[in-house]
Amino acid sequence: MRAVITVIGHDTIGILHKVSGICAENHANVIEVSQSVLQDMFAMFMLVDISRLSCDFSALSEQLAALGGQLGLSIHAMHEDIFNSMHRI
Amino acid sequence: MLNTFDILETIRMIQEECLDIRTITMGISLLDCCDTDMNSLCSKVYEKITRKAEKLVATGEQIEAEYGIPIINKRISITPAAMLIASAQNGDPVSLAKTLQRAAETTGVNFIGGYSALVHKGFSEGDLRLIESIPEALAVTNRLCASVNVGSSKAGINMDAVKRMGEIIREAALRTADQQCFGPAKLVVLCNAPEDNPFMAGAFHGVGEPDCEVHVGVSGPGVVRSAIRKYPDASLDKIADVIKRTAFKITRMGQLVGTRASQMLDVPFGIVDLSLAPTPAVGDSVAHILEGMGLSVCGMHGTTAALALLNDAVKKGGVMASSSVGGLSGAFIPVSEDAGMIQAAVSGVLTLEKLEAMTAVCSVGLDMIVVPGDTPASTLSAIIADEAAIGMVNNKTTAVRVIPAIGKKEGDMLDFGGLFGSGPVMPVRRESAAQFIARGGRIPAPMHSIRN
Repeated sequence: MRAVITVIGHDTIGILHKVSGICAENHANVIEVSQSVLQDMFAMFMLVDISRLSCDFSALSEQLAALGGQLGLSIHAMHEDIFNSMHRI
Repeated sequence: MLNTFDILETIRMIQEECLDIRTITMGISLLDCCDTDMNSLCSKVYEKITRKAEKLVATGEQIEAEYGIPIINKRISITPAAMLIASAQNGDPVSLAKTLQRAAETTGVNFIGGYSALVHKGFSEGDLRLIESIPEALAVTNRLCASVNVGSSKAGINMDAVKRMGEIIREAALRTADQQCFGPAKLVVLCNAPEDNPFMAGAFHGVGEPDCEVHVGVSGPGVVRSAIRKYPDASLDKIADVIKRTAFKITRMGQLVGTRASQMLDVPFGIVDLSLAPTPAVGDSVAHILEGMGLSVCGMHGTTAALALLNDAVKKGGVMASSSVGGLSGAFIPVSEDAGMIQAAVSGVLTLEKLEAMTAVCSVGLDMIVVPGDTPASTLSAIIADEAAIGMVNNKTTAVRVIPAIGKKEGDMLDFGGLFGSGPVMPVRRESAAQFIARGGRIPAPMHSIRN
């Protein structure tokens, strides 16, 4: 089972560190990261393996959303299936 | 690897364009609860609903968290209650209504549909008792939805039922006059009612359905609206194509959620209803889609054509995305629940007559329309008869959900709040149809009903 974490907003120091920190704490293994910074806008997409998660997926997404709230970023964690089903035949 | 454009598109649809799953509806057969004693019928009904739907709300919330997609309503539809009432010959149907309300509260669902009777060819004794009890049942409950099917393409229109339903709608409004006449907002009169519809107020669990199943109703007028907005100069066949693509994506999401819910609840997956269901929220309006196609106001000339295109394209996109499309599937045009429709009705451009024409090509019918409080029952019946005739002749579902605003007149507003929104009191013809309605009897089915 894999999930996609997206982080969008103004660039600040340590975003990747903090997001991956929450993943590590909850045993979500980061498989792939793609990030880009256009001027000061930051966009990151992270594919994580959630099959050995130590908490509920909803708890992980709440923690990430809370971090987003603190940093003024929009952070979403969503199950990979939703993207696959909407955009692949 | 997923591409970032797709990821961002999904997130934008959900965050900015109000994409959501409108409802997960569990259909439950209550035929095995029939009993000659109303009390034991009620306890069997309560037991079965609360057992089957025990985890419905929690499951919905879990899926919501997993996929990050809002699921607005969790609902239940049941076997048409008239069939249950028929078995208990002496009990008061309202006690069943109260039981259903209690079951809805226990399971946490926001609506339970199926306080229904199917009388397109005639009444059984249970049907009559249920219909007579509707005004009281809707006044003493707030989560119960009632529906009556008065016609079908195969059987014709039961005009005795049409006559009675005009009176019942008025009574329901009078009994809830102190609650913004909310009673009739939970009552719909149908022609060609589908047996697997997950949307209220017309949802019920048909007798041809399995013991228990889950249906999903998707939404997403906002998504379609902003997709169209990107093509201001495109021809209409291009617009149809854009709508199809968007409907495909929305439906795939519904299919995913439905499949997951069915696994988690361990009940069969019923259907995806791919209706574009508006809400009063900004950016979630079907009227605004039509206006996005180039009409200055919804309701002007051209609206029926635009709606026909929209309705058809939604179906075509959706059918490609799911092999179990059902329910109503198309575009809804409930006036009070759609910000654009409210505006158009207030400005006087969108009239009852135009809405009637639109229902010939949309997926349902005259929906959430507020009419003056002094509208006679026979006029309400005549509105129902017109709508049923459109459904019967065109082999489609049509419905009427009108709310006589007791004590209010043309131009006043009725405010229900929440998803039901608010609607201006719309003018109706003052001339009388009383003599036509008083005739009763049956309007025979059209020639093309004989297809065997």
